Amino acid sequence: MNCQLASDSVLYANGLYRVVYNVAGSFLPCWLAYLIAGLVIIFILVNAVLLGAAVITWGERRVLGRFQNRVGPNRWGPFGMFQPIADLLKLLTKEDLRPQGSDRIVFALVPILMVAPLILLTAVIPFAKNAALASLNVGVLYILAVSSVSSVAIFMAGWSSNNRYAMFGAARAVAVLISYEVPVVLSLLGVVMVAASMSLGSIVEAQALPFILVMPMAFLVFLAGMSAELNRSPFDVAEAESEIIAGYHTEYSGVRFALIQAAEFGGVGVVAAIAAVLFLGGWSGPWSEYLGWLWFLLKTGVVVFLFIWFRATYPRLRIDQIMAFSWKFLLPLSMINLAAVTLEVFFLRGDDGSLTTADLGIMAAINIVVTVVSVIVFGNLIRDRVTLRTRQPQQVAVPGVPTIEVS
Amino acid sequence: MLDDYFRQYGLIAIFAVVAFAVPTSLILASWLLSRFRIRPNNPTPVKLEPYECGVQTIGGPWNQFNFRYYLYAILFVIFDVEVVFLYPWATRFISFELFAMIEMAIFVGILLVGLAYAWRKRDLEWGN
Repeated sequence: MNCQLASDSVLYANGLYRVVYNVAGSFLPCWLAYLIAGLVIIFILVNAVLLGAAVITWGERRVLGRFQNRVGPNRWGPFGMFQPIADLLKLLTKEDLRPQGSDRIVFALVPILMVAPLILLTAVIPFAKNAALASLNVGVLYILAVSSVSSVAIFMAGWSSNNRYAMFGAARAVAVLISYEVPVVLSLLGVVMVAASMSLGSIVEAQALPFILVMPMAFLVFLAGMSAELNRSPFDVAEAESEIIAGYHTEYSGVRFALIQAAEFGGVGVVAAIAAVLFLGGWSGPWSEYLGWLWFLLKTGVVVFLFIWFRATYPRLRIDQIMAFSWKFLLPLSMINLAAVTLEVFFLRGDDGSLTTADLGIMAAINIVVTVVSVIVFGNLIRDRVTLRTRQPQQVAVPGVPTIEVS
Repeated sequence: MLDDYFRQYGLIAIFAVVAFAVPTSLILASWLLSRFRIRPNNPTPVKLEPYECGVQTIGGPWNQFNFRYYLYAILFVIFDVEVVFLYPWATRFISFELFAMIEMAIFVGILLVGLAYAWRKRDLEWGN
């Protein structure tokens, strides 16, 4: 059997894949070489996500500790680095309860449905030049489609738990998720428009000027929207422990809880990687042929730090403030961004339908002004309605209890 | 090459199988640990009650929900369907004529009027 990858194959560009395929193909059938080469990359990706989640749990606790003027975990290993391993071992050896009256199958499926899409998201992310598992030409759509599976998983968690607070948490989480989905999706339209492609590799190559400068408003909307989609502070009403225990994962314990937490922290890493690719130029940088992965990791780390910074800085918003922020601030902003980018592309593009670096520079100059103006205008528009509004709690009569607030 | 094009999706299919297998295997590992009595597994009726701050739950988990949730869901559907039309348009916009821009402006404009109407009718407020 001599099975070598043809040089015109779409998979040929990926160096690691090519090498493994050719080595395995020299003594194995073609389909087996295809499988083995794929599995080698998949092995790396799965480990990247899970180790990334572990590193982010540790990093977040350390950095939060610094923000709050304390030390953070520092007992296990150098700088407490083995803390996530200790956490996982502890949770693995804890009792795994399934509450009475819960829906057995749906309850068991939730942790799997939360972790699996997260791992799947990494399939299209280019870690360095030509280093994605599959450089799909619909990369952005793939990301949006796969990432929205987790909202179904969250609702399943609330629905199957047979717990009132889990149900409240799930309803709030879904309301927040769908509200922030719209501005996030609209903000990515500008990126797709300027790059004229949905493939993440082409988007990175189109960034002669990083898109964070070309369309700062889109980055702002994306970052705020993704913080909400990940249920992170300041948008974490879905798991507000002072009101509804732990929200949708109240009833989860043991390894299932570990998986849900891994999905949350891994999500931060994956979303940061996506933000780095779409807005910060991904693997581009000096000597990007060899050091692409280093630039990619650095940019991802910066975005992860931003997420932790948000969490340490802002207090939790109320649900009405969150909704107002999405529909009255982020959605108009993403619409303005879309309109601005459309007009700029239309008037700046060359006769052959392309944008030069100078064009991107002009777009950046215009868009930074547009961003400042619209943030001020819409910020003033929602400010007094959000902060000065006092709300009478709605009361509803339930037999047996005095009154409860409807969430 | 068409065949080659589908190979990428084949890789994603393999990846999907692995991605679902990883969390499943962790849950299976936990179950095995309980078989070998490394982790405890002795549920009692009190442990299995729905968790509610230590008091007994009155009534089931099914409560009335704020009607707002439905309004937001409807708004979401409108805008998400809009996006489905916007993405293919945006991908090829760089080579489109003026007509394509005006057409999409009218389409988005109609939906923006809808959003303005919802805003005006105070449907975007949570509390009223």
